[in-house]
Amino acid sequence: MNTINNSRRNFIKTAGTLAIGSTLPISLVELAFAESSQNFTFAYISDSHIQHIKDNRFVRNWDRGLIRAVAETNLLVPKPDFVMFGGDLAQLGSKAELDHGAQILSALHGNVHYVMGEHDYYLDLGEYWEKLFGPQYYSFDHKGVHFVVLNSIKTYDDWTFKRWPTAEQRMLEMAGLDNPNGSPFMVGEEQRSWLKNDLDKVDKDTPVVVFSHSPLQKIYKGWNFWTEDADQVQALLKPFKKVSVIYGHVHQIQYNQIGNISFNSVMATAWPWPYPQSYAQAEQYLPKLTVPMNRADPFFERDATGWQFINIANGNVDLNFTLYNNTSRVVRFNGKQKRPEDVVYQDEKARIVPQTHY
Amino acid sequence: MSIYQKLAMALCLAFAVTGSALADEFTDADIQRWQQQFMSVVAEGRELWTSPKLGTNGVACAQCHPNAANTHPETYPKFQKQLGKVVPVWEMINWCLRNPLEGQPLAADDPKMTALQAYITYERRGVKLDPGKH
Repeated sequence: MNTINNSRRNFIKTAGTLAIGSTLPISLVELAFAESSQNFTFAYISDSHIQHIKDNRFVRNWDRGLIRAVAETNLLVPKPDFVMFGGDLAQLGSKAELDHGAQILSALHGNVHYVMGEHDYYLDLGEYWEKLFGPQYYSFDHKGVHFVVLNSIKTYDDWTFKRWPTAEQRMLEMAGLDNPNGSPFMVGEEQRSWLKNDLDKVDKDTPVVVFSHSPLQKIYKGWNFWTEDADQVQALLKPFKKVSVIYGHVHQIQYNQIGNISFNSVMATAWPWPYPQSYAQAEQYLPKLTVPMNRADPFFERDATGWQFINIANGNVDLNFTLYNNTSRVVRFNGKQKRPEDVVYQDEKARIVPQTHY
Repeated sequence: MSIYQKLAMALCLAFAVTGSALADEFTDADIQRWQQQFMSVVAEGRELWTSPKLGTNGVACAQCHPNAANTHPETYPKFQKQLGKVVPVWEMINWCLRNPLEGQPLAADDPKMTALQAYITYERRGVKLDPGKH
């Protein structure tokens, strides 16, 4: 990949304007690419949790979050090269929910790639999802970047196949984030050996971006902000110069750097989750680097939810969070510090009161 | 002393002598029973917290508040800026029942409301009281 060029700076500058004037319609913001062959953007929508009530009724609140993200993504100028959907399209994995979600997403312009979430999976183990969206794990290349999509929300076979009398109960047990009957997520041996073969063919200088639903790092096991075999997956990614992992599931802004791997989470369109440290009874390992998002105001239905577009510049990812009822945020890779940083709030002194969680 | 007061005092003395119903004595068995009573209400609260049936749209409290996190019962009563007044935590619970859960509010002394408060407070045990905090 080339060194940073003007197009990237222009893009960031404009993204900064977007952050300040978050009420601006996105269509008015011209994102300038002088020479677009190396740098590009894609949009990322995640965790919509479309929830069926009964008959033709769905939970309005979650529907609105996804509809808004789709509408705003379509306003991005220039158009993102593709759109990622980060998993948990459905709440309880039913055909009704997946179909309804797929219909809302069908309004997106351009190519969409999908990641599997646990709420999509544990009713029929992804069978219907595959019919709608394709394979559960795969890779593709785009403008010199190697992209990998993993199904990171699998778990022990005993739990999946032997523990529950019905598929519906299995789904319900995994759907409860804090349910002690749940089970830790994992990529599993089959996918890890597939990943090894897939990466064997990729030059070590090629930037690699991995999409997973759960964090491929260990943050808090009690809520499955966790992937059991994260260390083994990280080991497979270690030989590459530039690696980024982008994950959903956590419904909040998180970022981290472990060796050569940058980690970034994406926002949910449905609802925000507390940071694990707000649960007083358990230890957790939220990355120190992460500057939390503002504490959500429940009286604004869409507060602390949103979507994001991602600028791939010089092989690293910059996350531009579009927050519906709040100031937008940008988490950008700092080439000197070799880690992702919030462009405004990273310094302790720059932080604001609502970022304190307790 | 009236005749009634004298009578009452005599009764008290009689109890004291026989050793029944001392006000300030209780046993390990008592504590165990009280704790069991409390924990059974906490368990009911957890049941309600995770139940899709508390409201009308299938949404459960735990969907946004796993382990009742970010409910901050130790900060109530507090000025709830969105309601424009100081409220106890049960008024905020009712706000959630009406809005995200699209359900009906509960009376302040409804056993379900007691159970919900018992559960969220139990999940915050050990955190110092900080009424009014934001």
